[in-house]
Amino acid sequence: MIALVDYGAGNLTSVRKAFTTLGATFFTPTAPSECAQVQALVVPGVGHFGATAALDAPWRDAISSAVSRGTPLLGICVGMQWLFEGSDEAPGVAGLGALPGRIQRLDSNAVDRLKVPHVGWNALDFERPARILAGLTSGAQVYFTHSFAAPVTDACAAATTHANTFASVVERDNIFGVQFHPEKSSDAGLRILRNFLDLVKGPA
Amino acid sequence: MLTKRIIACLDVRDGQVVKGVQFQELKHAGDPAELSRRYNVEGIDEVVILDITATLERRQALAKTISAVAHEIFLPLTVGGGIRTEEDADAAVEAGADKVSLNTAALRNPGLITTLAKRYGSQAVIVAIDAKRRDDGFAVYVRSGTSDAARDAVEWARQAEEHGAGEILLTSMDRDGTRAGFDCEMTAAVSDAVNIPVIASGGAGTFEHFADVFTAGHADAALAASIFHYAESSVADLKRYLRDRGIPTRL
Repeated sequence: MIALVDYGAGNLTSVRKAFTTLGATFFTPTAPSECAQVQALVVPGVGHFGATAALDAPWRDAISSAVSRGTPLLGICVGMQWLFEGSDEAPGVAGLGALPGRIQRLDSNAVDRLKVPHVGWNALDFERPARILAGLTSGAQVYFTHSFAAPVTDACAAATTHANTFASVVERDNIFGVQFHPEKSSDAGLRILRNFLDLVKGPA
Repeated sequence: MLTKRIIACLDVRDGQVVKGVQFQELKHAGDPAELSRRYNVEGIDEVVILDITATLERRQALAKTISAVAHEIFLPLTVGGGIRTEEDADAAVEAGADKVSLNTAALRNPGLITTLAKRYGSQAVIVAIDAKRRDDGFAVYVRSGTSDAARDAVEWARQAEEHGAGEILLTSMDRDGTRAGFDCEMTAAVSDAVNIPVIASGGAGTFEHFADVFTAGHADAALAASIFHYAESSVADLKRYLRDRGIPTRL
């Protein structure tokens, strides 16, 4: 069973629909203790980083300890940002801190008419091979909608450029994150979700 | 590089796709789920359902249509038309919409934009503006284009952004259904005035019209209906045409 962590950040209908289509069974934990026995954790999210404040210290501890036992964790959009230490969007709110670095606002660029929020389909430029990107090729297009983004660090598996170059896919051990919305990225997005599910089913 | 989006619009009445000319003379154009499936295969970037049903049962019928389309495609899905309250928006989201498009209700009560942006995030709130050219600018119309809102489109787009809108869907009423080309001047005026994406709508007739609105019109996305519905032109052909002209698209 996969835990789909719902902390009230917007609409999870699309994420649920995508996982259902891929044959996954999931539930929404109502207390941190319910994260202990799960096969995998998914932290979705749209909207504002401030909403992750609902994932307070007991939630962070429960998720961190599941991750340290090897449970795969996938963060989507704000859920990926939350894997880092924190965000300039909500400076007082702590992230999980599983990955080093801070989330920063993308720069807009009036000369090239690059608007922020970054909304639409953009390319994944692969930085290195990654399990979460199996079956895709560098340049694959996925759907983004966000104003803040993660720095390119060692964890970065693919980067995307919109005024700034930012980490659009991160992968380190059993921690995975995608800044875009795989559930709205047609075949490429479904492939990424399936790759995650395969890792969950994998050698366990 | 961020690509220019091609969006298919389904004007839905009583569960069926219809299409009019300058907001009049409706004709049947097919089943929403079936059309969405075809567009997805052809590489459409997003789908918009605009509900133009006038009956009391509309909300239930709309939820059914949204859910049927949402099961066909894993693409951003926007629902608009008659979304007047938080409850209307909730019902659309619950049925599978990723974004809601507000029109008359946003003008009457801009606080609704803010309320929905706080609840679902700005990315989920589109403000739709129907506008006509006038000597002194671009006049906003409401109530399906029947009444003059006494507002300027550029100024209203700016305010909608301040209230928390994530995108602007700008329809030229002069061009709607005419296939005479997008109103590039109006689109550029609005697009240059805001920092959120502007979706151009109304007037698509040829591939060249799309190229024009992405270059001269400064549009971030272009929406069309009839050019795609009757399978005269495929989305894939359009995207290849644009790419050959140096306009980035998802292929």
